[in-house]
Amino acid sequence: MTDLPTRSIDLKNVLSGSSPTADHSEGMSYLQSVPRRIVTLYLPLAIIVVILLFPFYWMALTSVKPDEQLLDLDRYNPFWTWSPTFKHFHKLLFESYYPHWLWNTMYVAVCATVLSIFASVLAAYAIVRLRYKGAHLVGGLIFLAYLVPPSILFIPLATVVFQYGLFDSPLALILTYPTILIPFSTWLLMGYFKTIPFELEECALIDGASRWQILIKIVLPLAIPGLISAFIFCFTLCWNEFIYALTFLQSTSNKTVPVAIVNEFVDGDIYRWGSLMAGALAGSLPLVILYAFFVEHYVSAMTGAVKE
Amino acid sequence: MADVAIPRAKPQMSEASAWTQLKHNRNWLGFWFMVPAMAFLIFFLAYPLGLGIWLSFTDTRIGRVGHFVATENYEWLWDDSIFWLSVFNTLLYTFVASALKFAIGLYLALLLNENMPFKAMLRAMVLIPFIVPTVLSALAFWWIFDSQFSIISWSLKHLGLINQNINFLGDTTWARICVIFANIWRGVPFVAITLLAGLQTVSPSLYEAATLDGATRWQNFRYITYPLLTPIIAVVMTFSVLFTFTDFQLIWAMTRGGPVNATHLMATLSYQRAIIAGQLGEGAAISSAMIPFLLAAIMVSWFGLQRRKWQQGESND
Repeated sequence: MTDLPTRSIDLKNVLSGSSPTADHSEGMSYLQSVPRRIVTLYLPLAIIVVILLFPFYWMALTSVKPDEQLLDLDRYNPFWTWSPTFKHFHKLLFESYYPHWLWNTMYVAVCATVLSIFASVLAAYAIVRLRYKGAHLVGGLIFLAYLVPPSILFIPLATVVFQYGLFDSPLALILTYPTILIPFSTWLLMGYFKTIPFELEECALIDGASRWQILIKIVLPLAIPGLISAFIFCFTLCWNEFIYALTFLQSTSNKTVPVAIVNEFVDGDIYRWGSLMAGALAGSLPLVILYAFFVEHYVSAMTGAVKE
Repeated sequence: MADVAIPRAKPQMSEASAWTQLKHNRNWLGFWFMVPAMAFLIFFLAYPLGLGIWLSFTDTRIGRVGHFVATENYEWLWDDSIFWLSVFNTLLYTFVASALKFAIGLYLALLLNENMPFKAMLRAMVLIPFIVPTVLSALAFWWIFDSQFSIISWSLKHLGLINQNINFLGDTTWARICVIFANIWRGVPFVAITLLAGLQTVSPSLYEAATLDGATRWQNFRYITYPLLTPIIAVVMTFSVLFTFTDFQLIWAMTRGGPVNATHLMATLSYQRAIIAGQLGEGAAISSAMIPFLLAAIMVSWFGLQRRKWQQGESND
């Protein structure tokens, strides 16, 4: 009951461009002529990709445009600039708390992710391999916990955070983010642990290893791809989180990047756009760079979350 | 069946101390392994969930302990036209955005599943909107939909299609269209990539066989792709509906519920009432009012899923 039925689909080699099933599909592409492929495939694809990427181009372009070009659409072509400036970034880095905010976000994201991965590894191992009484039920409950959205929880959590005296401290976020991350990463890691052969653990048990030793020395090294997936995905989720950070933090220097940009940069100044976009770009870049290095892990994390 | 693999305490080893036996007891070990995760989920998820429902029956304000007022908050909301407007907005937003996300996402997945040069790179690029924090891309949309300096207005004017700037986020209809567009923009990559993952598990030989039998491309899709994809579609759409329904950050960054509450969702309204106006009880009532909708969404996809499985003749495991 608790397992969603899609687990019967094997999503192992999803998405890497070299997936074996994917490459066989070229077998039938000769049935289509080149002009037809252009109209039915390349053209719609190009339109969608351009729309998907345009906001980032616009963000990047705005952040390097001089102010007078930003607001004068008649004399300058708005789609390009020949005189890029780093003024907005300079303002961001040296005249605002931006470095602080970046550091806060990084600190909260890393701590919350490490905590959640630690808790999830233990929980996932116990559910999949120890199979204690009721493990199946607990697995299902954890999946349900994944479906509880933060926008229902933030009001009561605010009172809880206040009672514990955590208000306006990064600790409030470090302790509440795991409620979003643990269900997700437990579910993901359960999938990975299931693929590790039982025989390895049996051998270790016969050789007298304890459960803890088995987990550390056998299961975890084999589940490293899963751990990386869980880690970077949790990190992204933390970075992206908004409503808790907006509710639990108050002082300007404690804020995380998304909250700070929305609240601190949005003033009446008509010249704010340059630094606003520079801030948005600088806040996205760390994730995009991380993503560029770990594309496949991201994808397996995403599909893994849906798989089980 | 896997239970066989774990050696149970054997009879001749029964003289082992109680402690040793306990150390190998799976329930005991399992309990300790679950402690960290359960502690987090109980203290910061289950408890607040219950507390939220309790708060919705009290008149708690920020800085003041509330008293039980029974269903007063709900009665208040029942007569509150802004609340009903936010319910309508939320349903409209969820329905339109989810339907379009599904349609465009499926289409994009089908396109990406074709064989073509730079396939891996294209797929990686498609996912970028999903990676970038929602608030930051929402800010980019805010700038794109600016009333005076919008690049869209500029382009349309230069193409000669309009004479005046469109007041994208100042007009109620346009504002709704804009936030829905931004939501679709952000959600399509997730739907597309997960559905693509499902598509890749469909064996190409099925299409080859059907094509030999004279099936058209539409028939290929309708009778092979779609049935095989239904389970994953159901899961993806459940997630998509849930997260669209409870969306907060996109709206907050783009419109904060305006103009004249036209884009207020239940989540943004509860934030405004609870945190900004300080009426925690009333805010909690609004967010608790989301729970029945969420349960309904989960139920629909869950039972939809079960039926589909039965139709496919799979076992109900």
